Amino acid sequence: MTSATTTGHPGPAGEITPPLDVAGIRADFPILGRAVRGGRPLIYLDSGATSHKPRQVLDAERDFYTIHNSAAHRGAHLLGEEATDAYESARARVAAFIGAAPGEVVFTKSATEALNLVAYAMSNAATAGPEAARFRVGPGDEVLVTEMEHHANLVPWQQLCQRTGATLRWFGVTPEGRLDLSGADALITDRTRVVAVTHQSNVTGTIPPVGQIAALAHARGALVVADGAQSVPHRPVDVAALGADFLAFSAHKMLGPSGIGVLWGRRELLEAMPPFVTGGSMIEVVRMEGSTFLPPPERFEAGVPAAAQAAGLAAACDYLDALGMPGVAAHEEALTAHALGALAALDGVRVLGPLTTRDRGGAVSFTVDGVHPHDVGQLLDELGIAVRANHHCAWPLHRALGVQASTRATFYVYNTHDEVDALADGVRQAQRFFAVA
Amino acid sequence: MEVESMYRELILDHYRNPHNRGLREPFDAQVHHVNPLCGDEVTLRVALKDAGGEPAVADVSYDALGCSISQASTSVMTEALIGKSVREAMGISGAFLELMQSRGAADPDEDLLGDAVAFEGVSKYPARIKCALLGWMAWKDATAQALGSAGVAEGKQT
Repeated sequence: MTSATTTGHPGPAGEITPPLDVAGIRADFPILGRAVRGGRPLIYLDSGATSHKPRQVLDAERDFYTIHNSAAHRGAHLLGEEATDAYESARARVAAFIGAAPGEVVFTKSATEALNLVAYAMSNAATAGPEAARFRVGPGDEVLVTEMEHHANLVPWQQLCQRTGATLRWFGVTPEGRLDLSGADALITDRTRVVAVTHQSNVTGTIPPVGQIAALAHARGALVVADGAQSVPHRPVDVAALGADFLAFSAHKMLGPSGIGVLWGRRELLEAMPPFVTGGSMIEVVRMEGSTFLPPPERFEAGVPAAAQAAGLAAACDYLDALGMPGVAAHEEALTAHALGALAALDGVRVLGPLTTRDRGGAVSFTVDGVHPHDVGQLLDELGIAVRANHHCAWPLHRALGVQASTRATFYVYNTHDEVDALADGVRQAQRFFAVA
Repeated sequence: MEVESMYRELILDHYRNPHNRGLREPFDAQVHHVNPLCGDEVTLRVALKDAGGEPAVADVSYDALGCSISQASTSVMTEALIGKSVREAMGISGAFLELMQSRGAADPDEDLLGDAVAFEGVSKYPARIKCALLGWMAWKDATAQALGSAGVAEGKQT
């Protein structure tokens, strides 16, 4: 596979970001060497579902198990100290990746769990102490989401409303796949308690104006929760500039291991929030009659820490920062622009969402007239091309865009322009196979 | 291409020209089934009749949206089951399920399954098995409802 173009990409301030050494990057990913259907090379365009792992991440996780393995925050022995150090160093590393303080980074199982953590903290606030009052929601209160959300940032809020009697409301989407903010003044009111919004759509790549929405929400005293599962891996994110109060993301979508995610939250909010999952590690004093809890972030990390996975995530942050997140974003922008152009050139193919890369990241979902996405995906699979085919855990978004399902290609640091060409060619082959072209 | 072993001409024909399509009356039960993995949906009705003292399939009508495998399989299913006794139809349905779970190792009974043997290739692509079964499972569910709680639950529960 050829590497990216040899000229650099212009950044937002006009600076030139050196192109990624894609060939060198690909050599770091063992799985990219394997063959798939019919012995063909793997063309992996499904990093939006999960990303592959470089040697450096695999080594970090394995090194934890072979050298430092122990239960962190426990044990009166050397290995316990090393495990604790590995875990807390990872926390600091992840915090630095997003411009946060370590005490504001909570390790969870995943982005999905991180979002559930906030939603459950809010319903648990009903029976927690007075410091949790600002998290309480009940009848007459409103929870504001969008039609663009991944189910992980929709269903927990539906459930919160069901548990508490609050009302769910939502921003719609425009036909172009942008958030419809025309009704913002009517949707963000004094009754709004929390606004949950994606930082980048996993279907259309749309990047909503989270900062603008947060300003409106904060003016009404509402909390803002951003789903960063598709943004943090793909472009520079700084929580100071973001505007949100909480940000959720997953390790496995950013070259890290499965089984660990992050909830970032403003310190003063985490301090006042009641816990979600309880048990060991997060307690201060335990008696049969009741228990008290530790300050954050430990308050939200029950059970033995996933230290090996944290070490892997820290290595992923190192890997990405060594590439430079501006360069990562520029590489994906080039691939996305290429894909948008190549698919637009095919008759009978409709790309969902914005058709330029303005405020639009690297998820390209499309429909093919007369060929169901599952069949498109099957044909592409036959050619060694891995895509996703269904509603990508964003069923309401598909309904809003007037389609039943779509085929989705997502790009990351190890993808090439040749692979984008292969995708377009594969779609053409699918059209011929099903005799619609 | 290897995938042509799954996308047999008969399957593509049924996809382009599905048989017995549309929702018809009268009917005894209606169900709505969904394959959440890929967005296939089917609304399906069964109408039963009495044939020599036992229930038989008078009609299976449906409205469906989905991939070629789910659409074609539903179409072929209606051809295979309409007119059969429910007992016979449950036998055919059980045989089709076995074929789907065979991982390419089955020797399907064409006399029993008829055109449904064309779906043999699906068993080598596990991600498509639920697509192929969607219409059949909807028919079983609707038939069970039509017969009431004392329905003919012969054969394996799936």
